[in-house]
Amino acid sequence: MRSFISERAALLKPSGIRKFFDIVHEKKNAISLGVGEPDFITPWDIRDAGIRSVQKGRTQYTGNRGLPELRENISEYLRVRFSLDYPKERIIVTVGASEAIDLTLRAICEKDDEIIIPDPCYVSYAPCVSLNSAVPVSVKCTDENGFIITPEMLEAAITPKTKALILAYPNNPTGGIMTKEQLEKIVPVIEKHDLLVISDEIYAELTYGEKHVSVASLPGMKERTVLINGFSKAFAMTGWRVGFVCAPKEIDDAMFKIHQYGIMCAPSMSQYAANYALKSGFDDNFASVKYMHDEYNRRRRFMVNAFNSMNLACFEPKGAFYVFPSVESTGLDGEEFATGLLEKQEVAVVPGVSFGEAGKYHIRASYATSMEQLNKAADRIYKFLRELNGA
Amino acid sequence: MDRLEKEILDVLRDDCRYSAAKIAVMLGESEEKVVAKINELEESGIIVKYAAITNSELIDEEVVEALIEVKVTPQKGRGFDGLAESVSLCPEVKGVYLMSGTYDLAVFVEGKSLRNISRFVAEKISTFDCVISTATHFILKKYKIEGNITQKQDSMRLSVQP
Repeated sequence: MRSFISERAALLKPSGIRKFFDIVHEKKNAISLGVGEPDFITPWDIRDAGIRSVQKGRTQYTGNRGLPELRENISEYLRVRFSLDYPKERIIVTVGASEAIDLTLRAICEKDDEIIIPDPCYVSYAPCVSLNSAVPVSVKCTDENGFIITPEMLEAAITPKTKALILAYPNNPTGGIMTKEQLEKIVPVIEKHDLLVISDEIYAELTYGEKHVSVASLPGMKERTVLINGFSKAFAMTGWRVGFVCAPKEIDDAMFKIHQYGIMCAPSMSQYAANYALKSGFDDNFASVKYMHDEYNRRRRFMVNAFNSMNLACFEPKGAFYVFPSVESTGLDGEEFATGLLEKQEVAVVPGVSFGEAGKYHIRASYATSMEQLNKAADRIYKFLRELNGA
Repeated sequence: MDRLEKEILDVLRDDCRYSAAKIAVMLGESEEKVVAKINELEESGIIVKYAAITNSELIDEEVVEALIEVKVTPQKGRGFDGLAESVSLCPEVKGVYLMSGTYDLAVFVEGKSLRNISRFVAEKISTFDCVISTATHFILKKYKIEGNITQKQDSMRLSVQP
């Protein structure tokens, strides 16, 4: 029989994280710092709103773009929280931010187009680019400058084929953010080369110290930015799968067609729950978001301090819920470190290389886990290091 | 109460075993400052005690707990305080609260047996002149204790995710 697999699919590399997942899965007592989602469960009133929608029989499709009321509230949310101005007609509710990423790339990628991606970053951008016959171009970011993209780095990566730049700040896995000033510096390069920015801002609510600034809020940038966000991280709603995307009209039109044919609409129940999350957020100034944020912030300080005091140089993450320390001082690379740590002390962290070559000597440790577990994990990592040093 | 005091309480309410040094790291403050604040919180009585929260149902020892609703005629000049203070002195009483609604004092008691508690109600609480009536409710099962759900909940979270 002939192979039915497309070349595109065949060439796709299996996720590096998946391999690690299988090993961790066998260790029943492992403490996992490998998670990429909140440890909080969705606030009960949001869950209840989802349940009520089902009880009321709201189980049909919604319009392709998503519930009008939800889009109105998203529009308001973006205005209130991030000073962005998108009418509800320019918002598509997607099946998580993941669909939005895929949708955007499907709408814009032409064969051999180059898409610039910061390295390290979330695992799905490059494969989604490749699936659309375009070429992912990594820009190596380093902890010295906080894992951001500088104008020089961007300029160096641009060729006549470059079409777009993916910005993913606050960043998974590094926790790096880009400040307004840092974003302003790359804008001229973006404009000069007439690039599109795909800005994945799923961690926008989780910044520590400075408020998140969306690149789309800078002068002139809204018309060349596709803004992606969602409910997963801010409202602890990962399993509901609701995200949204806002784009310039031409791109929005293209994405809308693909979304219509490929997805129809995001799950109705989840949309009702998400709508409630925003409505109640407007009423109490997003108290549950703040509660989770403050809790993460304490854990973040604890983790940064723990790694630094163990001599694993840890850049201070200003966003998301990850720390990304370098393990180079141990003589191991991130993968060897993670494998050893899991084997000897049963703590799971993710090798940085899963997020790109630039993460080779790093590990990603998520602090979306209770303080109690973090405490234990830190003790075990300490023991692991002592053993490594032959003590 | 200032922001730092609130944050310290947040941390200690969740787990009172954290050292001042660790709390200082978590809150991004100096250790001296945190120690001073904790001392103040202790001295002012805001922090009552550091104790383990236990689930008596799992302890292999007969313990009976009850909530006694007490209706009271307020005493001249003292209102409910006189009775409440006297009742508070009994060692089997774990909590005394003045309530709004259909009764006045809620008294939580702990005893070795039902009889034990019945006797406490009959021989101690009911004998106060100002007590009009009592209603005793025994606690049958604890679902949530001090904000903690007693039934271990399985986490379905995948252990490694992108």
